[in-house]
Amino acid sequence: MSTVFNLLTSRWGPIITGTVVGILAPVLVALGNPGNMGICMVCFTRDIAGALGLHNASAVQYIRPEIIGALLGAFVAALIFREFKPRTGSAPFVRFFLGMFATFGALVFLGCPWRTYLRLAGGDWNAILGIIGLIVGVIIGIFFLKRGFSLGRNHPAPKAMGWVMPVFMIVLLVLLLVAPQFGRDASGNLTGPIFFSVTGPGSMVAPIAVSLVVGLVIGFLAQRSRFCTIGAIRDSIMLRDNHLLSGVIALIIAAFATNLVLGQFNPGFEGQPVAHTDGLWNFGGMVLAGLAFTLAGACPGRQLFLAGEGDGDAAIFWMGMLVGAGFSHVYSIASSLAGTAAFGPASVIVGLVVCLIIGFTMKDVRLKV
Amino acid sequence: MIDEKTVDARGLNCPEPVMLVRKAIQETNKGTINVLVDSGTARENVSRLAKNSGWAVTINDQPDGSYSIVIKK
Repeated sequence: MSTVFNLLTSRWGPIITGTVVGILAPVLVALGNPGNMGICMVCFTRDIAGALGLHNASAVQYIRPEIIGALLGAFVAALIFREFKPRTGSAPFVRFFLGMFATFGALVFLGCPWRTYLRLAGGDWNAILGIIGLIVGVIIGIFFLKRGFSLGRNHPAPKAMGWVMPVFMIVLLVLLLVAPQFGRDASGNLTGPIFFSVTGPGSMVAPIAVSLVVGLVIGFLAQRSRFCTIGAIRDSIMLRDNHLLSGVIALIIAAFATNLVLGQFNPGFEGQPVAHTDGLWNFGGMVLAGLAFTLAGACPGRQLFLAGEGDGDAAIFWMGMLVGAGFSHVYSIASSLAGTAAFGPASVIVGLVVCLIIGFTMKDVRLKV
Repeated sequence: MIDEKTVDARGLNCPEPVMLVRKAIQETNKGTINVLVDSGTARENVSRLAKNSGWAVTINDQPDGSYSIVIKK
């Protein structure tokens, strides 16, 4: 057994993780999740924001067990392998905004990097411009890293701090299972504080137990293998190191093959599930997301796994995503099948300006070799 | 010239530890670089970079849970 675990920290780790994600994500679609959305770190966080009442877009409200499982899986792996090290203090408030703006960008495109790769593997060619945008965003981030950008050092924190996110996830799980309805709407019908979609993507869900277990498995594997869909692009370009990129390639190949087997491969631009065809903003949204994730050091999935290890800065980043997802739907930032929303493009531009300012101004004053 | 350097990358997130060590390696032809990191991820990434660059790697676990990585060429 320990040989299997050692394999996860070898060069095979990201490949194993990517392959497992690539197989399980399309299976979750077959079991009920929205098309090409077996796993999406941003869309699912957005659904959770809706379920908690942070936005009222009734089509996208659900407490996604995949997110809960992913964090708890990483938490368990970190505990078992003595990597549960609570820490914080690396510019948490800046990370909050990076999480928020990354989410704006991703929701203009309609997917996090994970879903971008999954959309490609499902034949959604709109993802190609998304991936190009992502690469451009990462390259801009590398420009800043090379000129000394840093959010500063974190510091060890009390053990209890590291338990906050796992406990929060368990609370979400309880809310999912109990779904309390205390409120009354104008006609006296039961409503809130937890909202679940009756129609739309938020109502398309795989069985809770399956989703939760898939999340746990992915969280466990990804914590061990350091799987990161942004680090993959960054390390390949900046360090000529394809360790993480091999995992992303494995994910795309495995998801493509699984989609073929399940009859879920539908190539084309038009009529793709939870997608639009506005190429400029598919590209632009992901430039913003790629840059924000690179400045924050990891993709949204990896942020979740790091939060499971006790990284309070990654937890704040995810909270920024949650709040950003709420704003995205309250203020017409997130796109729909019809295309971009009223303030989507403007939000992407504002987000890019903010990220450029962060990139130019943040440096670790004590950083010396 | 044989150099001896220390890189303290404790508390830094990806990819900063690797970037600091890469810079130190590029500035050193021969010698010893003592790298301090405090996460398993940084430990693996720094070791992989050093090995791929042709340096010998020795890892010592520290009592406070951090790692001292000694790389030599």
